[in-house]
Amino acid sequence: MEATTYNYKVVRQFAIMTVVWGIVGMLVGVILAAQLIWPDLTFGIEWLSYGRLRPLHTNAVIFAFGGSGLFAVSYYIVQRTCQVRLWAEGLAAFTFWGWMAVIVLAAITLPMGYTSTKEYAELEWPIDILIALVWVAYALVFFGTIAKRKTKHIYVSNWFFGAYILTIAILHIVNSMELPVTLTKSYSAYAGVQDAMVQWWYGHNAVGFFLTTAFLGMMYYFIPKQAGRPIYSYRLSVVHFWSLNFIYMWAGPHHLQYTALPDWAQSLGMVFSLMLLAPSWGGMMNGIMTLSGAWHKLRTDPILKFMVTALSFYGMSTFEGPMMSIKTVNALSHYTEWTIGHVHSGALGWVAMITIGSMYYLIPRLFGRESMYSTQLIEWHFWWSTIGVVLYIASMWIAGVAQGLMWRAANADGTLTYSFAQVLNTMYPFYGIRLLGGALFFSGMLLMAWNVWKTVRMGRVVNDAPIPQAVHA
Amino acid sequence: MDSGTLNGIVTFVFIVVFVGIVAWAYSRGNKQRFEEAERLPFDDDAPQGDKQ
Repeated sequence: MEATTYNYKVVRQFAIMTVVWGIVGMLVGVILAAQLIWPDLTFGIEWLSYGRLRPLHTNAVIFAFGGSGLFAVSYYIVQRTCQVRLWAEGLAAFTFWGWMAVIVLAAITLPMGYTSTKEYAELEWPIDILIALVWVAYALVFFGTIAKRKTKHIYVSNWFFGAYILTIAILHIVNSMELPVTLTKSYSAYAGVQDAMVQWWYGHNAVGFFLTTAFLGMMYYFIPKQAGRPIYSYRLSVVHFWSLNFIYMWAGPHHLQYTALPDWAQSLGMVFSLMLLAPSWGGMMNGIMTLSGAWHKLRTDPILKFMVTALSFYGMSTFEGPMMSIKTVNALSHYTEWTIGHVHSGALGWVAMITIGSMYYLIPRLFGRESMYSTQLIEWHFWWSTIGVVLYIASMWIAGVAQGLMWRAANADGTLTYSFAQVLNTMYPFYGIRLLGGALFFSGMLLMAWNVWKTVRMGRVVNDAPIPQAVHA
Repeated sequence: MDSGTLNGIVTFVFIVVFVGIVAWAYSRGNKQRFEEAERLPFDDDAPQGDKQ
């Protein structure tokens, strides 16, 4: 007999873990920010040293927090817009437990110092294999559900999720080609500048397809739902999808300006990065204009505030990114705190805020409720997060530009004007402001945890939600 | 073929693909299918018998 319900169990598991890993990942971030001010903060314990905690932070916020959020919303949206229950639910359960195992293994091996040293791909080869298995299972479940859909069309969010799942599989498998030496040590299959190019082809598309394309899929579903009106222009979303995915693939070399990479490849990366502005802003406008005629909702609905502010930060960071890829700007900005500010404008402002907004929509529905326990707490969370991000990125902009200018300053005889330690000294006040901003954002997540806890306690677990019958023309 | 010619060909092909996508997205023949697709997030919670 055909299933008449949606599978909410796996969605709920991932949604709850999104909040948990968000708190863990951001707490590690706050510790790192404090370590930059007080290097002896962790008493010289090697497992807690900056170099080992840093990859733990990035992996936790991107793959544990962001990843869990994406699993949750993609399983939810694909079922609801295809009007069928998930295909191969055993595999879906495997993606949950497998992904959690990856995260736990990362949390153990990274502090112990096991690393392949590739940024955002630090995990060693046995974990890489587990990731590949989970990802193939994810692809099977997702595309299997699309294949048995009851609706005629495939909603645009699912196109974005499909592109993300497919691309991440290719990126992960190609970049993780490595020769194992022992259980915990491997060497990359690539060498020299080829290794660097493969790494940043991976690294930038992890930003492009994991942190952008997939979260746009989230945006294209939850903004219309929360605003109560369809997307401003569905046709624009189609153009947005194809042009964004076409262009993103080529932007990776901008991470390697002024390196041993051939000059033409550097210029290629720069030009494609500049072109990215067009689809990025097209998508941002499409999301924001969805509220035209419903702007008043922004006054009273903090969930919409989260989503629209996320789009504003998306617009800001997708303007900033192309600008920073211009070689002359990159000569100043690269290796400075400006890059850290840029990353967090995207990661906190865009990725985290659209995820938080979507979770506030999703979590009550997974527990048989209309809304969260407290809307006032969401409002507080919104303001803490917004002020936190602004403090974070503004301090890092100033710090980064100052750092870049001081590093390049030269005396008449060609010697450097400032020593490294002098530049570092200048950074302290800005590191302080950054710590404050990050701590504020983190505290907002604690408000969320309390709100979620109360919502769960008041609600009831929904494992299977009914599929509306015969609703399509 | 030198790299300049190759660049030209690739640029031309990409422009044709892009214009093709825009033409496809905005063509009159596709208007209805995209309007139907646009409604999908709202079809999922429509109460029974309350559908236009």
